[in-house]
Amino acid sequence: MYAFNYHRPASLADAAKLLGSATDGKFLAGGQTLLPTLKQRLASPSDLVDLNGIAELNGITVSGGSVTIGATTRHAAVAASAEVKKAIPALAALAGGIGDPQVRNMGTIGGSLANNDPAADYPGAVLGLGATIHTSKRKIAADDFFTGMFETALEEGEIITKVEFPIPKRAGYVKFPNPASRYVMVGAFVAETANGVRVAINGAGPCAFRHKEMEAALAKSFSADALKGIKTDPGSMNNDIHASSEYRAHLVGVIAKRAVQAALG
Amino acid sequence: MTISVTMTVNGQSVTRDVEPRTLLVQFLRENLGMTGTHVGCDTSQCGACVVHVNGTSVKSCTILAAQAQGAKVTTVEGLAQDGKLHPMQEAFRENHALQCGFCTPGMIMSAIDLVQRNPNPSEETVRHELEGNLCRCTGYHNIVKAVMAGAQAMRG
Repeated sequence: MYAFNYHRPASLADAAKLLGSATDGKFLAGGQTLLPTLKQRLASPSDLVDLNGIAELNGITVSGGSVTIGATTRHAAVAASAEVKKAIPALAALAGGIGDPQVRNMGTIGGSLANNDPAADYPGAVLGLGATIHTSKRKIAADDFFTGMFETALEEGEIITKVEFPIPKRAGYVKFPNPASRYVMVGAFVAETANGVRVAINGAGPCAFRHKEMEAALAKSFSADALKGIKTDPGSMNNDIHASSEYRAHLVGVIAKRAVQAALG
Repeated sequence: MTISVTMTVNGQSVTRDVEPRTLLVQFLRENLGMTGTHVGCDTSQCGACVVHVNGTSVKSCTILAAQAQGAKVTTVEGLAQDGKLHPMQEAFRENHALQCGFCTPGMIMSAIDLVQRNPNPSEETVRHELEGNLCRCTGYHNIVKAVMAGAQAMRG
């Protein structure tokens, strides 16, 4: 790891100011991706601005038909929350399946979304539930947030403050993890919401995306059988040493059916 | 740039001036000379470096010492009380839950966190919850037996 300066501000305003005055600053949330990246010298920021001292960024509230999770809330806290388990069980289960127990004790929802790793879990839930991402500057709809591999709609210095998930009628999340790394190779988050059926696929493409053909089929009949025969274009899939694009495209169909079954309980 | 970091390690308050890039595991091993916490893979996969920060298990190779400012840290050295092994340590000894022993400190710290969250785990739960700890001797069978026995002992 190259040397850097470290700051731990207590307010959002101070965090933004510190990042603004740094030559090449980065925000630090749970650090479960950022620190390994720094250790491999794949990044060398001049300054790290630790967001964990900002109290308002942490916590879970359930009210008025939505679950709101603060940006620095740990995966373990979401997984263990009785309120989240009751309101959106698929979301709690997703959080409980990220990494391993020690990673879940540090990793945060805000960090996961800002990083937007194609193999991350949370983007599936955010897109699948049609969540709203609140930042230090504005609110961003899930449909506008994920723009590419490790790319998001966030501007320089913009901080995710919380994520608001509307509570669906039912939802299910299933992933096919890489057998060695346990990272998602293909994940599907299926939800029947007040605004229709949503199907988000993560792990398979450069970033999470909605499968509109599956959504239309499930809107007619919310059952695994409704997805029979729906093909996914391998051209839009990732192709790497872990899986070919054809294999991923095939898995999308298999995993989405399982996610529907999970949603049906 | 150096910064002053203060934390409580195994009940003792410690303060050191360190570079911000100092990892918690480096702080423990190099600044405090406490080598019970091991560095295995250094890529947050193997779990040899697991310690407790404010009561929950974390991989100390993937947290800065600065992030543990003001925290209560427990390492494997802090488990035994008055010369008596912690029930989980005793269970590892009784069940011969180690071969080379390198992964053992992390296994024990993860196991204690597991039992604190889930006092009566099934064998399946134990195997699943130890996902973040690797034993390169593949001595998992006795490790799982030890965690089950340790959980029973911790329940008292």
